[in-house]
This record gives sequence, C-alpha cells and structure tokens, in this order.
Amino acid sequence: MILCCTIVFLYAPIIVLVIFSFNDSRRNVTWHGFTFKYYEKAIHNNNLIEAFLNSLSIAFFNTVFSLILGTLTALLLWRFRFSYKSVYEGIILVPIIIPEICIGIALLVFFNLCGWPNDLPWPLNLSKITCAHILFSFPFVAVIIRARLAKFNLDQEEAALDLGANHKQIFKNVLFPHLKPALIVSSLLAFTLSLDDFVITFFMSGPETTTVPIKIYSMVRFSVTPEVNAASTILLLITIVLAAIAIWIQRGWAKEVEKS
Amino acid sequence: MKSARNHKLAFWLTFCPPTLWMLIFLLVPILIIGIFSFSAKQGLVDISASWVLDNYIRAFDPVYLSVFFKSIGIAALTTLICFLIGFPVAIGIASAPKSWKPVLLMIVVLPFWVNLLIRTYALIAVFRTRGFFNFSLEWVANLFGIPFEPLTLLYNDAAVILGLVYIHLPFMILPLYAGFEGFNKSLLEAASDLGAQQFKIITAIVLPIMAPSIISGCILVFIPALGSFLTPELLGGPSSQMIANVIERQFLAANDWPFGSALSMMLIYLTFGALALRYFWLRRRYFSSTENKP
Repeated sequence: MILCCTIVFLYAPIIVLVIFSFNDSRRNVTWHGFTFKYYEKAIHNNNLIEAFLNSLSIAFFNTVFSLILGTLTALLLWRFRFSYKSVYEGIILVPIIIPEICIGIALLVFFNLCGWPNDLPWPLNLSKITCAHILFSFPFVAVIIRARLAKFNLDQEEAALDLGANHKQIFKNVLFPHLKPALIVSSLLAFTLSLDDFVITFFMSGPETTTVPIKIYSMVRFSVTPEVNAASTILLLITIVLAAIAIWIQRGWAKEVEKS
Repeated sequence: MKSARNHKLAFWLTFCPPTLWMLIFLLVPILIIGIFSFSAKQGLVDISASWVLDNYIRAFDPVYLSVFFKSIGIAALTTLICFLIGFPVAIGIASAPKSWKPVLLMIVVLPFWVNLLIRTYALIAVFRTRGFFNFSLEWVANLFGIPFEPLTLLYNDAAVILGLVYIHLPFMILPLYAGFEGFNKSLLEAASDLGAQQFKIITAIVLPIMAPSIISGCILVFIPALGSFLTPELLGGPSSQMIANVIERQFLAANDWPFGSALSMMLIYLTFGALALRYFWLRRRYFSSTENKP
C-alpha cells in the first residue's frame, strides 16, 4: 500500500510533465488536445540547440576522461599496497561527499585566480565545466570498476601467465573482457551525471557556455510553459534510455555472479 | 595485491593522473577558499590574506546562525520523513515475490537518474497555485458544491521539505532494502512464537539489527539535503533559504568572497561532522559487539 503510494508519488509529477508537453494550450493545466508544436518550437530554438550541443560535447569528453582516470584509480587501489592507502581511498570519495555548492564555488574561485582563459574557441571554452564534471564523475567510475575487479579471479591471470602470455596480452584478453560490463555501465553513468549536473555547472557557465539544465533553469525561472515541458522531456528520454541500458547490463552481471 | 616498491613504474602510472586531478581541481581550490575564509575584503575586488577571524565571527551572527539552524532542521526533518516512508517501502520490496524484486528496485532507482532540475520543475507544475493539485481539489470541491480557493502550496518551508523528500527518497530506500535482504526472518517468527507484540518486535529486534543500514540511509539523505541549493532556490520562499543559497548570494550577488568562503567551509565542516558521527558510532558498536562475544 505504502509502496504503491510511494511509486505514485515518485512518478506522477514526472508523468504529468511528459503528458502535458503534448498539450495544445499555453496555460498548461487543462487538456486541449494533442500537439507536437512545442517540440517543434524547442527544436527551432537556437539557444536550446546550442546548449544541447554543449551538453553533449561536455558529456562526451567527461566520459572519456573519467573512464581513464577512474580505471587507473581502480587498478591502483586493487593492485597495490602503499602507505596511507585508506586515507587515499577516502580522499577519492570527497568529490562525491562534500556539498556540490562548495565544489562549485571553490572551482569558481580557483578558475578566477589562476586566470583560466575565458575566450577560447569552441569546444575548448567548455573546458572549465568539463574539468569540474570529470572531478565528480571519475570517483563513481572508480567505485564501479573496483567492485568488478574485486570479483576477478586471480587464478585466471596466473593461468594466462603459465600459458606464456605477456602482461599486455593478459590485459587485453583476460582482464579487459572481465571489466567490459563495468566499463559500459560506468561510462553510461558518467555520461548521465554530466548531462544532468546543474549546481556545479551553474557556477562555471557563462553566456557562451550554457548547458541544457542551465537553459531549462532560466526558462523555469521565467515561467512554466509547455516548451519547458518539451525540452525537459527530451532530456528525460535520453537519460532514461541510458539508465535503462545501464541497469539492464548490471542485472546480467548480478546473475552471472549468482551462477558462479 | 603487490607492494608499490617492487613495481614502481606501474604504480606511478596509475597513481599520478587521478592524484594530480584531485590535487589541482579539488584540494587546491578548497585550500584557496580555506585561506579566503580568513581573509578580508579590500575595496571592491581585492582580497588580502590577513588571517582574521572576522568572517567566522560574522557567520555566528544571529541572522546567519538562524539560517544554519534552519538548514539543519529542514535536513533533519527531511531525513525523518524519508525514513518513515522508506522503512515500510523497503520492507515491502524485501518481502515481495522474488521475480518482482528487481522490477520494484528498478522503479525506485530510476528517478535517481532523472535530472534534479526536471524533477523539481515537475513538482512546481503539480503544486503551484494554478497547478494540477489545486485543479484536482477544485474539481472535487465543485463536485460537492463547496466554494474553493486555490491553496498556496509552494514557496514555503513545507514545499522545500516536500521537494527534498521527493529527491532523496531513493537514497533511503536502497540501504534499508539491502539491510532487510540480509535480515534473518526466522528471528521474527521466534519472537512472535515467544509472544512478543508487533511493536515490541520492531523496537527490540528489527531496529537494533537494522541500525547500520538505517544510519547509512540517514547519512545519505542528510548530507545532500543539508547542502541542497536548487530545491530551496526554486521551491522555497524568501524566508526558506538554506545555507547553500546564502553562499551562492555571497559569490554571485553580494560579491563578498571571503564571507562566502567562510560559510562554505562551515558547511564542509558540518558535512564531515555528520560523517564522523557515523564513523564513531559504527566503531563503538563494532567494538561493543566483539567484546560481548565469548
């Protein structure tokens, strides 16, 4: 009973938002018939398209760099023993733990003081936002990949060594296939984290470098219109699809663990 | 596990890139605002590191102190409500048929992936004065012929708490669910066979065993709720501002960076304080439980 109510509570507002993005009325409360006109409006809104391209390129670079840094961190923590390791593990999680607003303003001050150039050509002008996104994305990647590495059977590596494989071959043919699902899941997570971030981006973005959430925020401040619903629905659709893929892969992974 | 000493190259290759990133984009910026928090503003833009406590003293001014207490209160109330809703929901999922569990879990987790801004905006659309909630109420009222005045549901503390609960509920449900999964159900049967009442079973058996998951869930809700910026910004009124909103104003409107830095350092201390409480609590529990073992 409470379960049902909670699910309704969690989903009803979002579903209402999606349904009313197709509503043929500016007042946005009563149903006046089905229309795509706000999607057309959104698609022809150049500012929105620009923000969308910015968001996608930030998310892309974020995914690539977070995957590299996160995998390195995971390998480091899995492979090596070193002094103050537990402290290091804690520090890696700090970007996830401390309030986003603190990271946002700290980076704002930092980029201001170090004179990070503001007038770079696209896509380099997005570098501030991208660096900030990598900072809070790669710890998530590290956590996921490390969890997967913990399930790696070291006997496999020894067997490969006994059969005469070198380290490069082991990485390519033994370790990499084992890590593949985790790599896919964490890249999807990094991509959505970046696409969705508002607070930190809010402090990094300028007039030339808006992202979709920033754009939606300024639209929401202005008024509640079906156009905002349409823009939100597009962003929602992208993240839901990515999330569904990630959860689906993770389920397969859990089943595999159950079997073994 | 290998020793770092014997595999120097591989170690440094995996150690340096992430560490440098952390150093440049996290530790240095936080160190800078740490220094800023002890600095004084000179003129409009200049800031001199003068090691004064003025900013912290000002943060203890009743105006700002009340914002801190209000934020802590809102976050605590959010945590409590999340717990009261999340506890039965987690029991519900854990006792659901096995084939249903993954589906239910996915339903609970999925909103976590949906943009925070979109979820907040959806709440605005539902609860604003001319929103769907009022509209439905009006429809019901008209049905019974009662005169209806739209309620003002947004832009107050209750709206902020509602928004925070809405956003953070999955963080509470997941650890509680994980706790219930590892829970030995025969304990419940044993207790009820021995004649314990429902309430007694919950307080004497379920809560103590579940305590670590409950604490985890509460921390996972309390910390982000305490530092939340967007929800009070969009759903709160002028009087329901939280610390994050005050910090933002110091940087983007009032242009008082040293004071803003001091406020954010205090928010960071509060966050780590909450974490430290959990750490010491779990440690004490761990030691007392090992001592009791024969």
